[in-house]
Amino acid sequence: MNAELFLSASDPRPMYQQIIDQVTAKVMAGDWAAGQPLPSIRELAAESRVSVITVRRAYEELERAGVIATRQGKGSVVAERSDLPTALMHEELQRQLEALLACAARLGLPRSELHRLIDQAADPDAAGPATPQGNTP
Amino acid sequence: MTLAFSLSGIGKCYPHFALKDITLDLPEGQVMGLVGVNGAGKTTLLRLLTGLAAADTGEVTVLGHRLPEGQVAAKRDIGFASEDMRLYRGQTLRWHMDLMRGIYPGWSEDYATELLKRFDLRAEQTLGGFSHGQRVKALLLLCLARRPRLLLLDEPTTGLDPVARIEVLEALADVLRDESRSVLFSSHNTHDVEQMADSITFLHQGRLVASADKHAFVDRWRRVVCQGALPEGLEAWPEIASARANGSLVEIKARAWDAGMPARLAAQGLQVQRDDPMALEDIFVTAVRSGAVA
Repeated sequence: MNAELFLSASDPRPMYQQIIDQVTAKVMAGDWAAGQPLPSIRELAAESRVSVITVRRAYEELERAGVIATRQGKGSVVAERSDLPTALMHEELQRQLEALLACAARLGLPRSELHRLIDQAADPDAAGPATPQGNTP
Repeated sequence: MTLAFSLSGIGKCYPHFALKDITLDLPEGQVMGLVGVNGAGKTTLLRLLTGLAAADTGEVTVLGHRLPEGQVAAKRDIGFASEDMRLYRGQTLRWHMDLMRGIYPGWSEDYATELLKRFDLRAEQTLGGFSHGQRVKALLLLCLARRPRLLLLDEPTTGLDPVARIEVLEALADVLRDESRSVLFSSHNTHDVEQMADSITFLHQGRLVASADKHAFVDRWRRVVCQGALPEGLEAWPEIASARANGSLVEIKARAWDAGMPARLAAQGLQVQRDDPMALEDIFVTAVRSGAVA
């Protein structure tokens, strides 16, 4: 398994968060299957050229989130849960819903208006011309 | 826990510079970045660890050997690379490699060949014709291929072009694979240190300003933007390193941020608008300016 992750110093997220996000994305996409061994902390650190402590922290948080499991002396594996990719996607959806609600609250949109906007976004042709359409290119 | 080195109560006096009361450990298998401006004492500290200089006071233990008594044994496993080390200009890199192989039993010819390729160096070229960057890489090659247990690198990336810098950092990252090897490298560039190091030590004017694991620094320090009037005496709070105001906008740099701080600030009439993690460079500069230990 290629242990290299694509980390960037210009990404505003801290390095360990980039590792968490990329490992989670690989599991969600099915690149890394349940039970599959993960690269060792030192291997991943060397391949991705970040410090050992950064990878260790990412692995600890991935373990707390239930994405990976670590066995004493045997290294880490992708958690053996058949519904893991789905569960992670549900979590992601939940996060986005919360962000959506927070944004709508700042705009002072009533719940009914939010529902209408969601319907309209899902099916743009069916909805009426409630919002003004600009001609901006 | 095995220590790669330990310094305890170290002092070293020179006519125009003194290193004062340095106590510092590096656990085996870790990478420590030593950050400081020019003249902060980084090179002096490295020279004490190599046995090239002896401390006036305090104890130096490297790889289990007390210095200076155990320095012959310690030096077998120490790799030191510094810009002021002289290579023979009239000799080829190959000649230098053969010399090292003769001296150090741990020398790995395969690793040396790999590094030649990675650093894009020609073994048959004489050192006199090398550019600055090539000389730095040659020195590092000679040092790394011995596979020393403790690597002491004085400003390994200073003066390198961006491509050479990445090559050097990549070679350094390879060392991480082996958990019995430790690295101490100095730099005045916090960015190089930020990515590779497990722990970070700030030196300033011969004193240790702060030393902690990298995440501890980044977790503790915060730049906090508040709305309100700057209350009297805020800078005296031990958790605050600096505070300044422009109208009703107040910027605070906290050295010990915690979840309860917004409430404590609100009690002083300051509403926290946002709190952001700080880059290591900003932490370093703020710590040095505020004078106190981070």
